[in-house]
Amino acid sequence: MPAEVMVKKRYPDFSLDLAFKTDSKKTGILGASGSGKSLTLKSVAGLVRPDDGRIKFDGRVLFDRKKRIDIRPQKRGVGYLFQDYALFPEMTVAENIGTALYGRKKAGRGEGGSVDEILERFEISHVKDRRPTALSGGEKQRCALARMMASGPDLLLLDEPFSAMDMHLREGLRLKLKKVLEEYDRSFILVSHDRDEIYQMCDHLVLMQEGRVIAEGSTEAVFADPGTVAAARLTGCKNISRIERTGDHRVKALDWGGIELVTEKDAGEDVTHIGIRAHDLFAGKAPVNVISCGKVSVSKLPFEWYVTLENGLWWKAAKELSEGNSQFVQPESLSVLPEKILLLKQGSARNT
Amino acid sequence: MDLYPLFNSIRIALLSTAVILVLGTAAAVIVKKLPRFLKGVFDCLFTLPLVLPPTVVGYLLLRLLGPKRPVGAWFLRVFDTRLTMTWYSAVFATAVVIFPLMYRTARGAFESYDENLTLAGQTLGLGRAYIFFRITVPCCRAGIIAGTVLSFARALGEYGATTMIAGYTPGRTATISTTVYQLWRTDNDELALKWVLINIAISAAVLFVINFYEGRNRKHGKSAV
Repeated sequence: MPAEVMVKKRYPDFSLDLAFKTDSKKTGILGASGSGKSLTLKSVAGLVRPDDGRIKFDGRVLFDRKKRIDIRPQKRGVGYLFQDYALFPEMTVAENIGTALYGRKKAGRGEGGSVDEILERFEISHVKDRRPTALSGGEKQRCALARMMASGPDLLLLDEPFSAMDMHLREGLRLKLKKVLEEYDRSFILVSHDRDEIYQMCDHLVLMQEGRVIAEGSTEAVFADPGTVAAARLTGCKNISRIERTGDHRVKALDWGGIELVTEKDAGEDVTHIGIRAHDLFAGKAPVNVISCGKVSVSKLPFEWYVTLENGLWWKAAKELSEGNSQFVQPESLSVLPEKILLLKQGSARNT
Repeated sequence: MDLYPLFNSIRIALLSTAVILVLGTAAAVIVKKLPRFLKGVFDCLFTLPLVLPPTVVGYLLLRLLGPKRPVGAWFLRVFDTRLTMTWYSAVFATAVVIFPLMYRTARGAFESYDENLTLAGQTLGLGRAYIFFRITVPCCRAGIIAGTVLSFARALGEYGATTMIAGYTPGRTATISTTVYQLWRTDNDELALKWVLINIAISAAVLFVINFYEGRNRKHGKSAV
């Protein structure tokens, strides 16, 4: 469902100035912490009043500075899943959900079913008489989700839903959340600093840096061609080098010992950098773009080798756990396919 | 033994605590939301009675409520009621003196309250009053209770401002504290000691209640004061 967000907000030490539009039901905002993601969500929910801008969702104007429209958060029909879930600590799980049902009625959003039904649907019946402090991370998240859904929102805002969770729980819970969201079938905007999370859950992506949008588009397109250095970094590209164009489809990577590389697309004038994702390098000799390794430094992870070449390039090589104690066998050279080289502009934040 | 001072002390303490429970809590809520500079100003103003000598508070109250002073004169003319030298005059004195205790304890609780809970309530469609009384106050309950009990304890012991504005009239304005002073001054040592013991017993009981709540609070990982 179409959403349109244009927000300006100034603070003494930070300013938010962004605009994006999305037609997708699954929108993600990816940015480092402090880039203004939560502030953006709070503006959409009406919890922060922007200095200027317009916020529309599904044809409804939620905020318009010029027309002096500012719908109260209670009436926006926007649900908010807080980073730390913000469950009411002095109420039990069942009371938390009952409160949301009460709010739904007061806000004139119709009946939302019974507390027991909702507890059942979110698999938290067994903890319904407990206080939030006595819940596990996953239970807290389900309770917060259940409470949000109970209020019957049309648009869901998910603020770093996994940041309060242990690493090893995240992947399973991500799939669960994805399923719940698909069942509920409403639009959502997910905010995260975790590119895997966004890539898995969202098909429209907004990249943010320092309160500005630096890239926007379908998730796959943005990951395939981030366009700017900052966007490439945010999407997880570790190898980025300044370049000098040396010929048609040829560039010299200044930060990687001056190696010459062939690119699929010609580097236009505004291209100042190239990027190579660490896993796009492979051992062996391709017809072009062969990079000699030189002296490497290797660090060991359970399923990967992290390899830094002499010229500073960074390579991730798959490894079997059983190889744990064996030595890393160093290839003589690595290669990269021309189409895998990202052409990047220095690109300051896009102005809105 | 005439128990009027006990009755009067408790009556004054209860009334002033009830008034200050509302005013102190309201002040705490309002000050928390003020911009930084105003916050500093009001915090200072609201805390002042805590550090001023009670006699200074008494003097200021007399300047305000005395029968020839602006508020006192108006009250006398309109309601034909004196605001000084009556038993309820002590309520004014006590309320001013205990106000900072209630205000500061409550403010501590509200400062550590997670504002996101209020925001969450708003997105769920809940109104302001519902959020305040059903979500905010229960979260700050321990601090509010501790402040109330502390204020009550201090109210029972108020002497300086009370003696200036209510004086000491046996059977009318006498409180435990003014009675002890009067008995000691008139060499009635035996009776003075009885009142001293009564006072200690009540105060100890109140402090016990405070400690009980603080202990419970610490278990929840919060600090009351």
